[in-house]
Amino acid sequence: MKQAMNFRDPHRVNRLIKCIQAKAAPVAERLGRPLQIMEVCGGHTHAIVNTGLNQLLPSSIELIHGPGCPVCVLPTHAIDQAVALAEYSNHILVSFGDPLRVPGSQHSLLDAKAKGAQINTIYSPLDALKLAKSYPNKTIVFFAIGFDTTIPSTACTLQMALQQGISNFRVLCHHICLIPVLMTLLKQQEIQLDGFLGPGHVSMVIGVQAYKPIVQKYHKPLVIAGFEPVDILHALYKLVQQFSTQKYAVQNAYSHVVSATGNQPAQQAINEVFISGVDAKWRGLGLVPISGLSIRPQYRSLDATLLLEKKYCTKQESDPTYCKKVLTGSLKPQHCPWFGNKCTPHHPQSGLMVSSEGACAAFYSSSTKAKQG
Amino acid sequence: MCLGIPAKVISILDKENGTALVETGGVRREACVSLLSLQGKSINNLIGEWVLLHVGFAMAIIDQQEALDTLALIASLDGIDANND
Ligand code: SF4
Repeated sequence: MKQAMNFRDPHRVNRLIKCIQAKAAPVAERLGRPLQIMEVCGGHTHAIVNTGLNQLLPSSIELIHGPGCPVCVLPTHAIDQAVALAEYSNHILVSFGDPLRVPGSQHSLLDAKAKGAQINTIYSPLDALKLAKSYPNKTIVFFAIGFDTTIPSTACTLQMALQQGISNFRVLCHHICLIPVLMTLLKQQEIQLDGFLGPGHVSMVIGVQAYKPIVQKYHKPLVIAGFEPVDILHALYKLVQQFSTQKYAVQNAYSHVVSATGNQPAQQAINEVFISGVDAKWRGLGLVPISGLSIRPQYRSLDATLLLEKKYCTKQESDPTYCKKVLTGSLKPQHCPWFGNKCTPHHPQSGLMVSSEGACAAFYSSSTKAKQG
Repeated sequence: MCLGIPAKVISILDKENGTALVETGGVRREACVSLLSLQGKSINNLIGEWVLLHVGFAMAIIDQQEALDTLALIASLDGIDANND
């Protein structure tokens, strides 16, 4: 697309940074500290660190990398469940590539695969459905993870499986929703947050209006942003404008993709297949109220948790405390004592170091690039 | 893994199941378009449109005019001509 190029234009980037600086400096002076803005989405973290935007921004703004990478917050027990299901001889576990290296309490999925478990990586849940049709004698278990962006695709796939009577397909659902975790973060007194850069692709599903309760309740501005440098800076500009007028609202700086009410057919598919508002565990953050989903009774025959032995349903989490601090913005990834030594992308201690959208992995890859360059 | 990528709809493969052939970065693949809101229009209207593709599902139609408007707005804000590249 021609426009995509325009959203990277260096002149525009530089001018926007100057505009941001002009507005942010007096606000930071008034506060006596830099503005703390959380980019919620891992896609933003990746884009910001990779393009070096974080180094170009004025000192009046500090970006906090939020918990918005589903691989980073995937709890240990989810991995343990997936590993257990993969180890059955007549099962094939299918997963997106990212979760494979996330450590479980004993093994990662990659370890299980090396030991002979059948684990296939896929690009789309539709591939899982195709696999189920090709192997009628095997049970195909799809490890469904991801935020609101990914939930509709799982919902739609479950609808297709039921309609088409594909009885050897199961879903291990570890989907989570973003808004409840923002609410949880805002309730925690120790976290200093002034506003949010809203996630572009989650928002295309849930819509702009979904954030209104956050702004109304906590009086923090949120601006939805796309993923090109100009998109991100434009959203930051709108945020600092709000800080300077001290009038806070939800704004949409990604209106070519995100609408006020979001994707309605996708929301309907989610409601039809899932019960929302279930408490869910997040790696590093613990229990986040009403952030999870469970499969509705009509789709019970496709629910993989029913294949699990009880012991896999109640596992304790054992994560380094550093990860929690990074997830909530109170520790910078590169300041974690394990960063780059005990914890690297090859030997990750947590999902934060696994996914390219995880803050630790993003900083690790940019620091090694800088060393090589 | 939450990122969507822009893709152009080339043709409709199966109207009933809502599948289409889409192209992204020169690569063509099958995608599900059944989650898009067509607002009463025929699925054939999608041909030639840009969509945002996520794990094989088109999740939003990209509004070209809105994209251009955003750029024009930014240009007016920073005083640069939006067409200077
Ligand atoms: S470097 Fe590793 S241990 Fe430290 S916070 Fe990041 S993921 Fe956790």
